[in-house]
Amino acid sequence: MSPIVVVGASLAGLSAVDAIRGSGHDGDVVVLDAAAELPSDRPPLSKQVLAGTMEPAAAHQPLANRLEELDVDLRLGCRVESLDATALRLDLRDGTSLNASGVVVATGATPRSLPGPSLQGVHVLRTLEDSLALRADLLSGPDRVAVIGAGFIGAEVAATCRELGLEVTLIEAASAPMVRVLPVAVGSFVADLHRDHGVDVRLGVGVEGLVADGERVRGVALADGTSVDATVVVVGIGVVPDVAWLDGSGVPVGNGVTCDETCLAAPGVVAAGDVAEWFNPHFGERMRVEQWEHAIEQGAAAGRRLLAADTDAVPFPSVPWFWSDQYDRKLQMAGRPAATDEAHVLEGSFEDQRFVVAFRRGDRCTGVLGVNRPRHVVQARMRLTESLDWAPIEELLA
Amino acid sequence: MKVVVNFDLCESNAVCMGIAPEVFEVRDDDFLYVLQEEPAEELRGKVEEAARRCPKQAIAIED
Repeated sequence: MSPIVVVGASLAGLSAVDAIRGSGHDGDVVVLDAAAELPSDRPPLSKQVLAGTMEPAAAHQPLANRLEELDVDLRLGCRVESLDATALRLDLRDGTSLNASGVVVATGATPRSLPGPSLQGVHVLRTLEDSLALRADLLSGPDRVAVIGAGFIGAEVAATCRELGLEVTLIEAASAPMVRVLPVAVGSFVADLHRDHGVDVRLGVGVEGLVADGERVRGVALADGTSVDATVVVVGIGVVPDVAWLDGSGVPVGNGVTCDETCLAAPGVVAAGDVAEWFNPHFGERMRVEQWEHAIEQGAAAGRRLLAADTDAVPFPSVPWFWSDQYDRKLQMAGRPAATDEAHVLEGSFEDQRFVVAFRRGDRCTGVLGVNRPRHVVQARMRLTESLDWAPIEELLA
Repeated sequence: MKVVVNFDLCESNAVCMGIAPEVFEVRDDDFLYVLQEEPAEELRGKVEEAARRCPKQAIAIED
């Protein structure tokens, strides 16, 4: 029998393998990854590894030390050129082909970059290599670091740079940080948190382009006519799902790989992690979630789905959860609020920098965010997993 | 089954508490408390799941 082929040795990909083995499947499993080394664990890359408080080797994925037990044929440096989803055949860059009994798509995503020629001193942050390259540049003692984009990566990098004693300007085109995942009221708290720590926060202003001095970046020109002098620039403006290799495969692609509520994209093909958009039945909406724990959960669900008969397939309902450490604050959120949802502070206050805020849309609670409130967030998540009704959340946190 | 938490690694993300509240509790002081160091065998699945999903990989199970 042909092997199950997992494309991407990421957290989602290896988690799928773990579930496949956990379900008792003892057939061959091949894991392919284009990178020369096993992808590292990502959360420390913008924090401890960048700060130098964690050895790079310690930033390995949770399943990395169980590869032997998982009995996988791991092929690194192996890029998939294309997939024929009908035949379940993969063509590899080295000219060979691989027939599969099932395919797990876990290729993740690639950071967006700014248009224009590449310049020294300009960084994105996705891999261990990226983190070490940025760290080397930070250690050279730049007068100022400009961070473009105040999402997770940008906000965490800005915090780490301040903790390293560097001057930082954080530039965000939207009116508040982290607007893709947080309603504006909470984003404003994040902006204030950074200002309190001495970051020059510029909101609502786009980037016109980078200013170069020969091969080296020298600053960032902003759309309002001003500019920021910086010899190190970090670009954190989101990621693009890695789906180009699926062109013409027969696997539906839109905002990532388009899956049904069971994580199935085509017969014999499932997807998980940053690359996968699926119908989340718990929220009744399609979503693509770029979060650490989600990669584990969805990887496992996709692995089990691949082994299941169509008649036994179960949906993958999810209340997504993330954490983000910035300075000495731990932000955690369960759920998926929209930017326009009402924000109700149910515990603590923004002034104390320790609070719980719940997001409301009609009779629904779409999410709960805590700052240094892990217990409240996890309890709220447990309730939200049962139902998204507003009343039990209000009762829990009141 | 014995549950061992490496408190040097633990960041109190409380994921474990969401999966196995019988065994793990993060209290108002933001610290994790292990409620049962030797939980009953029927909790093994949950504890293993909690160990797997701990963002800091701070939970170990000793048989």
